[in-house]
Amino acid sequence: MLEAYLKDALVARLTAWADDEVVLAQRLSEWVGHAPILEEDIAIANLAQDELGHAKVWLELRQELDGSDPDRLVYFRDPLEFQNAVLVELPKGDWAFTMVRQYLFDAYENLWLKEATRSVYAPLAEAASRILKEERFHLKHSSLWVERLGQGTEESHRRAQEALETLFPYVRQLFQPLPGDEALVEAGVVPDLKALEAPYLEEVTAHMVRSGLRPPEGGYVPKSRQEHTEYLWSLLAEMQSVARWDPEAKAW
Amino acid sequence: MVKLRIGYPEDPDYQERLAEFEARIARGEKIEPGDWMPAEYRAQLIRMISQHAHSEWVGMLPEGAWITRAPSIRRKLILLAKVQDEAGHGQYLYHAAETLGITREEMVEVLLSGKAKYSNIFNYPTLTWADVGIIGWLVDGMAIKNQTMLAQCSYGPYSRAMVRICAEETFHHKQGKEAVLLYARGSKKQRQMVQDALNRWWWPTLMMAGPHDTDSPHTPLLLRWGIKTKTNDQIRQEFLNEHVPELLEAGLEIPDPDLRYDERTGNWLHGPIPWDEFWRVIRGEGPMNRHRLEARRRAHEEGRWVREALEAYARKQFAQAAD
Repeated sequence: MLEAYLKDALVARLTAWADDEVVLAQRLSEWVGHAPILEEDIAIANLAQDELGHAKVWLELRQELDGSDPDRLVYFRDPLEFQNAVLVELPKGDWAFTMVRQYLFDAYENLWLKEATRSVYAPLAEAASRILKEERFHLKHSSLWVERLGQGTEESHRRAQEALETLFPYVRQLFQPLPGDEALVEAGVVPDLKALEAPYLEEVTAHMVRSGLRPPEGGYVPKSRQEHTEYLWSLLAEMQSVARWDPEAKAW
Repeated sequence: MVKLRIGYPEDPDYQERLAEFEARIARGEKIEPGDWMPAEYRAQLIRMISQHAHSEWVGMLPEGAWITRAPSIRRKLILLAKVQDEAGHGQYLYHAAETLGITREEMVEVLLSGKAKYSNIFNYPTLTWADVGIIGWLVDGMAIKNQTMLAQCSYGPYSRAMVRICAEETFHHKQGKEAVLLYARGSKKQRQMVQDALNRWWWPTLMMAGPHDTDSPHTPLLLRWGIKTKTNDQIRQEFLNEHVPELLEAGLEIPDPDLRYDERTGNWLHGPIPWDEFWRVIRGEGPMNRHRLEARRRAHEEGRWVREALEAYARKQFAQAAD
């Protein structure tokens, strides 16, 4: 059982994780039917399903804590209420942008999920081990793509390098603690994200270098998960358009 | 010595081989890729299987357009899985066609040039979310009738691909029906939306089974060689008999004033099908023909540098391994 004082903090943490997945799944969904090869249409539809499925897991854990309805949270919250990181809301770009982003996100997920399997909060630990199994495949897929694009042709290298330059500064936002995180970490409920940042940067930098790519120095890092770009509003407007179209509809 | 082209009537053993081939089909044996087959059998199969593969690949577009707008987490997961299945069906159908001596690249080129056909149904637009439900229930319902028949096909790889596809299509059909039934008893706007979708998709769905038997030039040969085991009209009839009562029970109105139940045969009979429209769409003059092809061409063009990178990377890996 979770102590009452940790409940609100965990609700916020689960929401942030879920929002990352919901928004990334939306960006991946935009590719379905338009991938460079048929096999990647299959892969990207699968990735989108998995990410959205993970969002569902986090929102159902939240539901157990506060009774909230996952669909209401996804389809009826306004853009300023979303707690996703900027990394996942940026437009899908080209295949290099999508795959470099996916790699950066997958590496982060693999790292913190591994730690989360040791959570003292059993439902979280179980969910993390389940999700980690899928995330290992994601990381295999996206890390290979980074390598292929980095080492492929001059053009693919150029595109991957450009994508990395835009995306890389944003990864730091993923490791920022939420206001309630400290208490959760202390109680052993969630991993200490701040402590994972250095090993993460080391791991992804090594893979980039192996792939012939160079992570940039500096760049803008959002200060908190309240920050967004101009792209989030239209992403959510599209995603929520049918659900909000008929206020009288009771079920979809 | 002149090399004889295998499977053509100028082969002196052609008649004998043909008789043996037809006897195998009559015994219910499957024809496999390395087996002798008439050139015309091979040509008909390449035509049918590649069209079928293209239909899956193009067919991802009308429904795929709604993934980003699916109104609940569950619907979105289902639709993603469904469109993913369609890509998978495309993939193994292209493989099945490749067993007949054509490459995926060749087939794709014919599609992108605008010469290949694919199911006419995908040349209609999906205007509302309800279209996704109607496509699942009716369009996939008709596809299942056709594919269940093709699972009996005399060509082994096609038949086996169909067995697998039918299993997945059954889930597509079920989710579509479930959504339509929900909206048919939902809010006023949901009811209107689903009726409108039915109005627009009804006739194109009936036309999916193909022209009447009397206007279908390929049918007799396809039946004789066990490529098809039922005619277009038989497939259409099976579809009507299953779906009409269920649609009516759901409180939906079928947009055919002549639709009637025939006590004597137990069949639901439809009114005149607008074949002019069918042939127009086949000729490329449907509402979405240009847009579907453009979407396929754009993805192909924009993916070119990716495929080049894949090849370059593979070459480098191979060279390294050889060192």
